Amino acid sequence: MNEPIIRLTTVNKWFGKFQVLKNINMQVNKGEKVIICGPSGSGKSTLIRCINRLEEHQEGTIIVDGIELNQNITNIDKIRGEVGMVFQQFNLFPHLTVLDNCALAPSWVRKLPKKRSEEVAMEYLSKVKIADQAKKFPGQLSGGQQQRAAIARALCMEPKIMLFDEPTSALDPEMIKEVLDVMIDLANGGMTMVVVSHEMGFAKTVADKIVFMDEGTIVESKKTKEFFENPENERTKLFLSQILR
Amino acid sequence: MRESKIYNWLKENLFSTWYNFLITLLILVIIFYSIPNLIEWAFIDSTFRGSTKQDCKGTGACWVFIKVWFEKFIYGFYPSDQIWRVNLVFISLLLVVSAAFFVKQKFKLYIILFLIFIFPVISLFILRGGVGLIYVETRVWGGLSLTFILTFFGIVISFPLGVLLALGRRSELPIFRYFSVMFIEFWRGVPLITVLFAAAVTFPLFLPANASVDKLLRIAIGIAIFESAYIAEVVRGGLQSLPKGQYEAAKSLGMGYWKMNFLIILPQAIKTVLPGITNTFIALFKDTPLILLVGLAELLGMVNLAKSNSYWLGMAVEGYVFTAIVFWFFCYLLSLYTQNLEKKFSTEKKS
Repeated sequence: MNEPIIRLTTVNKWFGKFQVLKNINMQVNKGEKVIICGPSGSGKSTLIRCINRLEEHQEGTIIVDGIELNQNITNIDKIRGEVGMVFQQFNLFPHLTVLDNCALAPSWVRKLPKKRSEEVAMEYLSKVKIADQAKKFPGQLSGGQQQRAAIARALCMEPKIMLFDEPTSALDPEMIKEVLDVMIDLANGGMTMVVVSHEMGFAKTVADKIVFMDEGTIVESKKTKEFFENPENERTKLFLSQILR
Repeated sequence: MRESKIYNWLKENLFSTWYNFLITLLILVIIFYSIPNLIEWAFIDSTFRGSTKQDCKGTGACWVFIKVWFEKFIYGFYPSDQIWRVNLVFISLLLVVSAAFFVKQKFKLYIILFLIFIFPVISLFILRGGVGLIYVETRVWGGLSLTFILTFFGIVISFPLGVLLALGRRSELPIFRYFSVMFIEFWRGVPLITVLFAAAVTFPLFLPANASVDKLLRIAIGIAIFESAYIAEVVRGGLQSLPKGQYEAAKSLGMGYWKMNFLIILPQAIKTVLPGITNTFIALFKDTPLILLVGLAELLGMVNLAKSNSYWLGMAVEGYVFTAIVFWFFCYLLSLYTQNLEKKFSTEKKS
C-alpha cells in the first residue's frame, strides 16, 4: 500500500508576481485519503488543481501515476482521464441530461460503445443514489443531487485518483450530509482521494492524513489522529480552535 | 361579464392616462384614414384578371403584373422547359429538411452533414447541368430561387467558418488568434458592396488568363466569407458567456480541445446566441438584392427589370409590395423556426 501515486517535490507557483505555492512537498500513496485544509487564499485549491494540471506550476516536479507533469507532456488528457475531479460549483453540463453528463466521457474519451457507457453511467448513478434522476437536466436537481451527479460523472471514467475541491462549500447545510455519505462510501471502497474541505467531522472519519496550509505553504502535515490531538504549529492550533468551535 | 372584461382591458392598455388617450386617438385616426384606402387599392379597385397592362382599368393595384411575371420573379431567366430542375432541387431540400424533424438524433447529424457537404454538389449539378442535362449558365439564374441559393450557400459556408473563426480568436496559439482577428476585422470592416464588386470585377484580374471561376460562385463565396465574420463575433459572444467551470469540467474528464469544444462548449454557446445568429442569417437573406449591382438579378432585381419593361411601365408599387411580402414571409418563417429551436433547447428552467 505504500506506493506513492502522487508526488510533489519543491513545487512553486506564481500568479503574476504573487506566489501562491511555496516550496510544496507532498506525497499521496495509493489508496490513501488526504484532506487539505486551511484558511481561504492559502493555495489549497491551486494545489489540487496542479495535480490534474488545470493549473501549471512553474518550479519543482509533480509526478502523477508515474508520469511527470511538465511542458513536454503530450498526453495530458490521458492523465486527466485517470484523475477524477469534483468542483465546488459542480460544473455539470447544463445542456445534457444527468445520464448524458455521465456517459459522455466514457463514450467519447474511453471510446466505449454508447450502450456500455450508459450502463456504466447508470451503475455509478445508482451508487450515488440518484439513478431515478438520470433523465433529468442538472437544472432540475437540488444542489446535493447535482454534486452527487458530478461525483458519479467523475467516477464513470474509473479514475485511479479522485480530487475534491471544496465539494460541500456551495451546499445548503441539509444537503452536505448526503454528499459526504457518498464520499465516505467511496473512501471505504479504497479510492485514493485528495480532498480540500473544512468538514472536520468527515476528515476524522475517513482521512489518513491531514495537510494544513497557510499562505501558500504546508504548515503541518500529520496523521489524522495526531493532527487533532497534537497540533504543533500555532497557526494550526488557531485554525482548529476557530473551526471546531 | 365579457363586456366589462373588454372594457377593463381597453381602459388599462389604451386609455390609462391622458397621453395614452391621445396616442390611442391619434393611432385610431391614422388607421381610419389609411386602412380603407389600402384595402381599396389592394383588393377592391384592383385587377386580377388579364394578361396585359391594358387589362388593368381600375384605379387600384394591377396584380396582373405579378401574375404575368411570376415565373420570372421565381426562376429568373432559367429556361422555361428546364424549370423542373429548380423545383426538384428545392422540393428535395424541403423533404430532406423536414425529414430531419422526424428521424432520431443520431441520423440528424448525418442529415446535417449531407446538407452541408453533399447536397450543394448534387444541386449544383442539377441546376447547372452539363452531363446528361442541358447546360444552363449561372448568368441566367435569377429570381427568388437565386435568393434562396445564395442564402443557403451563405449559411452553409459561413456558419462553420464563423464558428472556427470564433474558436480561433480565443485560441491560445498566437498564429490562429492573430489570423482570426485580422480576418474578422478585415471582412467586418468593408461594406458588402465592395466585396461584391471585388468578387465580380477585381478578383478575375488576378487569375491567370485561361483560368476562370464562375461569377456567381465568386459572389456566393464573397457573401459567405463576409457573413462568417459576423457569425464569428456572435458566436464569440456566446463562448465568453460560459463560465470557466465548463471548460475545466470538460478538461478534467480527459477531453481534448476539439471534444471539449464540440461536445460541451459550442452547444451551449450557440444555444445562447441563437437569436443573434438568426439575426445575421435574416440580414444575409435581405442583403442578397445587392447582387443587382454586379449584374445578377434575384427577386428584387427581377422586379426592377420587369417594371422597366416598356409594356409594363408604372408597376413599381405592385412589384415592391410583392417583394416586401415575400421577403417578410420567409424572414418570419426563419424567425419562427429559431424561436421553436430556442424553446426546445431550453434545459435550464431552474438554476
